[in-house]
Amino acid sequence: MEYFVQQLINGVTLGAIYGLIAIGYTMVYGIIGMINFAHGEIFMISSFIALIALMVLGLFGITWVPLALLITMIATMVLTSIYGWTLERVAYRPLRGSPRLAALITAIGMSIFLQNYVQLLQGARVKPMQPLFTGGIEIMRRGDFTVLVSYLQIFIWVLTVALMVAFTLVITRTALGRAQRACEQDRGMAGLIGINVDRTISLTFVMGASLGSVAGLIFLLNYGVIDFYIGFLAGMKAFTAAVLGGIGSLPGAMLGGLLIGLIEAFWSGYFTVEYKDVAAFSILVLVLIFRPTGLLGKPDIEKV
Amino acid sequence: MTAANDVSAGRVTAKPLDYPAVVKECGLTALVMFGLAAGMVAFRIRDVPGGLEIATRFGSVVAITVIGFFGRLAMVLLREGRPFPVLVTALPFAVVMLAALSASRFVEPETAALVEGYLPFGDVVVNWIITIVAFVLAGRAVWALRHTGASARTVSDREEAMDAFAARIQRMARFLGPVLLASAIVLPLLAFAPNLPFLPKVDRRLLDIGILVLTYVMLGWGLNIVVGLAGLLDLGYVAFYAVGAYSYALLATHYDLSFWVCLPFAGLMAATAGIILGFPVLRLRGDYLAIVTLGFGEMIRIILLNWYDFTNGPDGISGIARPSFFGLPFLRKPPEGVETFHSFFGLTYAPIDRIIFLYYLILTMALITNVFTLRIRKLPVGRAWEALREDEIACRSLGINPRNTKLTAFSIGAMFSGFAGSFFATRQGFISPESFTFIESAVILAIVVLGGFGSQIGVVLAAIILIGLPEFFRELQQYRMLAFGAAMVLIMIWRPAGLLAHREPTIRLPEIAKGKSRSGGDAAEAAP
Repeated sequence: MEYFVQQLINGVTLGAIYGLIAIGYTMVYGIIGMINFAHGEIFMISSFIALIALMVLGLFGITWVPLALLITMIATMVLTSIYGWTLERVAYRPLRGSPRLAALITAIGMSIFLQNYVQLLQGARVKPMQPLFTGGIEIMRRGDFTVLVSYLQIFIWVLTVALMVAFTLVITRTALGRAQRACEQDRGMAGLIGINVDRTISLTFVMGASLGSVAGLIFLLNYGVIDFYIGFLAGMKAFTAAVLGGIGSLPGAMLGGLLIGLIEAFWSGYFTVEYKDVAAFSILVLVLIFRPTGLLGKPDIEKV
Repeated sequence: MTAANDVSAGRVTAKPLDYPAVVKECGLTALVMFGLAAGMVAFRIRDVPGGLEIATRFGSVVAITVIGFFGRLAMVLLREGRPFPVLVTALPFAVVMLAALSASRFVEPETAALVEGYLPFGDVVVNWIITIVAFVLAGRAVWALRHTGASARTVSDREEAMDAFAARIQRMARFLGPVLLASAIVLPLLAFAPNLPFLPKVDRRLLDIGILVLTYVMLGWGLNIVVGLAGLLDLGYVAFYAVGAYSYALLATHYDLSFWVCLPFAGLMAATAGIILGFPVLRLRGDYLAIVTLGFGEMIRIILLNWYDFTNGPDGISGIARPSFFGLPFLRKPPEGVETFHSFFGLTYAPIDRIIFLYYLILTMALITNVFTLRIRKLPVGRAWEALREDEIACRSLGINPRNTKLTAFSIGAMFSGFAGSFFATRQGFISPESFTFIESAVILAIVVLGGFGSQIGVVLAAIILIGLPEFFRELQQYRMLAFGAAMVLIMIWRPAGLLAHREPTIRLPEIAKGKSRSGGDAAEAAP
């Protein structure tokens, strides 16, 4: 029971990371119908930027954790958004309207490019970071085994919930959100009624990148170890989460992220850690074969 | 600026420039470049004993921002039909850069080091790229000056020019192919020749590179069946390569079977793996299929990594038997009673014999793949693949079973990958899951994409460029994957069909053929 609760706590934390990245996949898929394969690399870049920001702040002597975190988060979101925007502008906008596979190959090329870009600029070695947060709340104890919710995990949950609420408000209540939903339904029609489609798509990438960048920051804080290759696996799992929840559906991405996080935590808790990635990929394959629309997605009808 | 107007006034109707708008556009580019550089370029995290340290590269950030501004300005001026100022700035800049970069060849090392201190970036390759870009801009400016009025080349013009170029390459393939083949056959024989003038010295290193390139040519041709002909984007192709390699390695180490016995088995195993993996997922839509095959590739790698009892996990399998010349091993001192290659033919032992044999082996295997592909394209199943690539729904309504047709392409492609895998295992003598990462799949895919989907000669040229060149220029090695990624993006933007893609219609109505000769449009469309 105690072990179960501990894995549940870890799984929810992991799910927060996957959910935040999955939103980026699902939004882009919803609006231009392509798999932004390079989104995982955006997440990876953001974790590097976050580490750099924390270290630079440390040089300036800003070590009070809340302030340092706030500045880091803002800097990471802004700088990562620029990467997201540039990615769309350089690699995807020229391909608007070309076949899906062409866009996917571009995305893969971009992903390889960004990985090696970071490797060249920051080196291939794993970067470990000193933990910022220590301590936590003990909620259960039996014998030697204590169930611990660390302050970091509480911070991650609060931050994720706050971001998701804010994001939902943006999508449902603002003019930008309306424009995005309109573009999702019919890009041509949205353009005709005066929505700047290119700008809306750019802003979608910016929003996806900034949510992904928070995931990168959380990843850095939670694991304390990053390298240039983390984007691949995290991206694959977040994509699985988006597909599981129903690609194109925003609540679906959050739900899918949570489920994938829980599945991974319980799989490594009760089965074998080595095969946890196989478990995630198997879920992807099974969902695509048996329920391609995911849990909350709308069916995709192909018209001739 | 007035000079530019004077020069081009007679020929170009230059609109007055909207200076604030131009400055705004260029400033925005500079700002974005600054933003991109501000985090990743400006600081470098270095690991030192006891933690991390941060180093700064502010000079590069300034250089990137300035280059962003002026690069955009040059492009705006070219777009607005004012190539002259671009020429007079880009050309001197490029020449100065070139001189500074090659300074070490002409002056003493101290002066050269001083000159190199003024280069915008600390990295030689990046400086070279900037120089080349400046030359390209200057070249475009010259082109625009000479072809005034025609500077607005539309996308379709470019497409047509590229298609004509690709068509020329394909026509050239009629003799380029035999020439390449002949030189590939002759190459190892030169190892025995005395030092010939005008020819590179053929040594072990050159042959090793040749073997590597041929392996990728074979993999590229194999993947071309799946991606180029059947239009199934397979991102886990390396999984079948791994299956082939491990099949051979395990059979050879456990049952002591020879390479020639194992080769068909390895192909069969890979093809079976292709059928097993392909059967459930081949009905998925293109981009989903790609992601799922990627997942499969990773799954097979993870299983190879963790199934310690069977695959020896991350330690890999070593001591894999080397191939023999139809039973005659390449050994200097054979065990008692075993006849070796050199003793059978009465030669003196030379270690390069084995390399040459491996070279011819992979050459033969690659050629078999090629001939097979060329022949099967003409068969009904090959035509069905290409038809399926173009329009699945139409095929289904014509009675083609899409799943079985795709499955044949998938498993045949997998089979050739398995053959190549067992060759890889016997050449290396050691395999581990490290050799079968996603990057390998991406490299093979890049070869197919660069070569133009479905173009056999394109794959050869792409493999020579992508695999051979970085082997020769070791400095470029660390930029290799960066360039792969960039090349994939640029090719998809310029020419989504592949750089050397040109499709001759299989059937053409004679009277329409003249009218549509270059566009590559199919006759069926024009028939009614």
